[in-house]
Amino acid sequence: MLRMPLPDQAVLARRAEIVAALRRIVPDEGVIDAELERRAYECDGLTAYRTLPMVVVLPDTTEQIVRILRYCRANGVKVVPRGAGTSLSGGALPLEDGVLLGLGKFQRILEIDVPNRCVVAQPGVTNLGITHAVQDQGFYYAPDPSSQIACTIGGNVAENSGGVHCLKYGLTTNNVIGIEMVTMDGDIVRLGGKHFDPNGYDLLGVMVGSEGLLGVVTEVTVRILPKPPGARALLLGFPTTEGAGDTVAAIIGAGIIPGGMEMMDRLAVQAAEAFVHAGYPLDAEALLIVELDGCEAEVDHLVSAVEDIAARHGAATCRASRSEEERLLFWAGRKAAFPAVGRLAPDYYCMDGTIPRKRLGEVLVRMKQMEGQYGLRVANVFHAGDGNLHPLILYDANMPGELERAEEFGNDILRLCVEVGGVLTGEHGVGVEKRDLMGTMFNEADLNQQLRLKCAFDPDGLLNPGKVFPQLCRCAELGRVHVHAGQVRFPDLPRF
Amino acid sequence: MTVFQPSDATQAAQVIAWAAAESQSLEIMGGGSKRALGRPPRADHTLDLGALSGIVDYDPAELVLTARAATPMAEIEAQLEAHRQMLAFEPPDWRGVLPSGRRPTLGGVIACNLSGPRRVRAGAARDHFLGFAAVNGWGDGWKAGGKVVKNVTGYDMCKLQAGAYGTLSVMTEVTVRVLPRPETTCTLILRGLSEEAAVAAMAAALNSPHEVSAAAHLPAAVAARSGLADLAGAQIAITALRLEGPGPSVEFRAGVLGGLLGETMRLGPSDTERFWTGIGAVQPFAEHADRALWRVCPTPSAAPAVVRRVQADLGSTEAFYDWGGGLVWLSVEGGADCGAALVRAAVAEARGHATLIRAPEPVRAAVPVFEPLNGPLAALSRRVKAGFDPKGILNPGRMEEGV
Repeated sequence: MLRMPLPDQAVLARRAEIVAALRRIVPDEGVIDAELERRAYECDGLTAYRTLPMVVVLPDTTEQIVRILRYCRANGVKVVPRGAGTSLSGGALPLEDGVLLGLGKFQRILEIDVPNRCVVAQPGVTNLGITHAVQDQGFYYAPDPSSQIACTIGGNVAENSGGVHCLKYGLTTNNVIGIEMVTMDGDIVRLGGKHFDPNGYDLLGVMVGSEGLLGVVTEVTVRILPKPPGARALLLGFPTTEGAGDTVAAIIGAGIIPGGMEMMDRLAVQAAEAFVHAGYPLDAEALLIVELDGCEAEVDHLVSAVEDIAARHGAATCRASRSEEERLLFWAGRKAAFPAVGRLAPDYYCMDGTIPRKRLGEVLVRMKQMEGQYGLRVANVFHAGDGNLHPLILYDANMPGELERAEEFGNDILRLCVEVGGVLTGEHGVGVEKRDLMGTMFNEADLNQQLRLKCAFDPDGLLNPGKVFPQLCRCAELGRVHVHAGQVRFPDLPRF
Repeated sequence: MTVFQPSDATQAAQVIAWAAAESQSLEIMGGGSKRALGRPPRADHTLDLGALSGIVDYDPAELVLTARAATPMAEIEAQLEAHRQMLAFEPPDWRGVLPSGRRPTLGGVIACNLSGPRRVRAGAARDHFLGFAAVNGWGDGWKAGGKVVKNVTGYDMCKLQAGAYGTLSVMTEVTVRVLPRPETTCTLILRGLSEEAAVAAMAAALNSPHEVSAAAHLPAAVAARSGLADLAGAQIAITALRLEGPGPSVEFRAGVLGGLLGETMRLGPSDTERFWTGIGAVQPFAEHADRALWRVCPTPSAAPAVVRRVQADLGSTEAFYDWGGGLVWLSVEGGADCGAALVRAAVAEARGHATLIRAPEPVRAAVPVFEPLNGPLAALSRRVKAGFDPKGILNPGRMEEGV
């Protein structure tokens, strides 16, 4: 079971004083003190873990954030930043002795700059809100996490969110070009802007995906893209998973990078079909949805190329969408896959490892074996183009021990991902969920280097502690220069 | 002054551990083709990683390539070419403007985050950099990222390492994302546009759904040096827009976009390749090595104003535009500060940054080569540096004094 750092009793004892100080910075209902109201913030999208925050503060200006962070730094109070709270890895899980800093009031789009193809937005604007603001002018914001209707751009920056289109269009990190942030010292720092390439160290690059451990993002500049003129989707059913996997490899081998390429296994297909009636082939062991976008000439050309490839690799079903309605119908099942699978069991646990695609067959076989071992079923949804697996482990939290078994099963799946050359998380983040598995992918030297970066931003470890890293920061110790003159041998190797 | 030539990553770590213990600084070198890039290093010794060479793993279907850091670009590109793949950020070859007689390496390209014309569409080197093994300033080997294309496990150290010019850690192995080469390509040429009209046309092209993969503008005097025979004598400005993709798609998009913007000429695949390779290589300014070269990244729409402002005071300044205006190359008369004060003032107004790429060593030592950082950002950058290399032994002063 996950353990969070023990709350600091001295801080808890000063709770009333801290609340009063925050009220002097953020007036009225911007500071939430009542237990009932704080309950609303006790978890994010990883609902198995809940903690009542010490106090919730909802500032509406950057200046207030500066003052909050200065106060917390000076008084040794921990801070957990939160966007919409849709994280699937517990990145916004509150701390009993920490201030929960909600960015929900930062909801304005500040500028739409068409000549420079960017939008400047406050962090609380939703992912889809950005697309909505520019779609009339023929643009969109490319990363599309499945929570895009609710998740915020600030949260996307924290998590480096992906989506079904990131093989072709990249993750958040490839589409954010500037931010304004406040450091734990209360300094306002601007990184990037409307121009290309960083000046100096690419601190913007490390801020994206830093899971709220390095700073609080107060403004985001994103790249917007012209909307592709058209798209068609192919629905390909295969009697074997190998056939589907080989098709994916052959499509890429033919030089085609689809806008989206998703795979679902039999259980996921059956659940989705029962839920949305998209016309998925129920006899398929694996289903591929391949979307090709661009001008009509390109889309038609690529659709026929992919049809040929699929036929050569034994596709039993091959349907290309003939209308926009049909394309959306093909996607409807995939998009509803999580809730559809959710109907098969009272609860499901969504994993997020990435593997080299060529190891897919082997990983699926091993997962089947684990199903027997743990007595739990798994439905698989897979971003096939980039090797990002989303196994959904079905369980019943009301059955004693099943949650723990599901978690242990999930951990074994992630260990397997690392074992075959993959990684723990492709797009959901480490958070608290995969924190204790970091050691399977990184050794002590690797983790120490990451912690030293944390120390440069937040030497007292006050920002979102207990997330991402299995051990807390020991900045003084990590910063010590542990080598001494005369004790290291002159290197014995060729020199001139 | 010793030149250390480790034969593997372990030996490289030994050298650095020794240097840290003895407070000896090291100039970090891969192939050595970019030693004249950045501030002149003032290091006690040289760490020559040339032997850390060779592709470790390349599986075209996985779109991932892992190589030792000092693998020559020529070797990487030959392997990719054989599988009809590429580094989508189109690494530029700057040997024409930084003559050295040496070979660029993959690690060097990433350490300097160098990207070519396709950057405007496909992203920079940093966007295709997936993972690495490196040695920090303590001499400890460490790794980050992974060997798969989608990964958010831990801080994205690749971004920090790309563009750090070897001042944070010494990379020994790198993994990059590779992509299929486009089936075919062509370039639309518009002629006679003013610089303002050209930047507007490039924005219109990049904002269209026609997937323009490069957009450059060469004023008349520079166009004559584009390397294309048809354009050499014309004495007219050219604006170039590249389209790539499957044959029928390129044909269709070229027709529509050309009609929209008033195309006057079209380059086929081989001229297209020659032209854009030349743009990435800063070929129009390769001659006249006595002139200084600035690489300016302004807010794209403000690019012509930057050029005008510099030209108002330094009449002989020449410029050309890449990345739709997001990259401006300025060729200014050498001597004094090589226009540093003027260029920096113009860039400050346009929001962006400028780097002095080619200038005599004493000038690069005297004026900031990179845009100076100020205030909390400068302090933060120094703390980051100290977290990787507390004694400042890795490429000291390469980016700025103390970093």
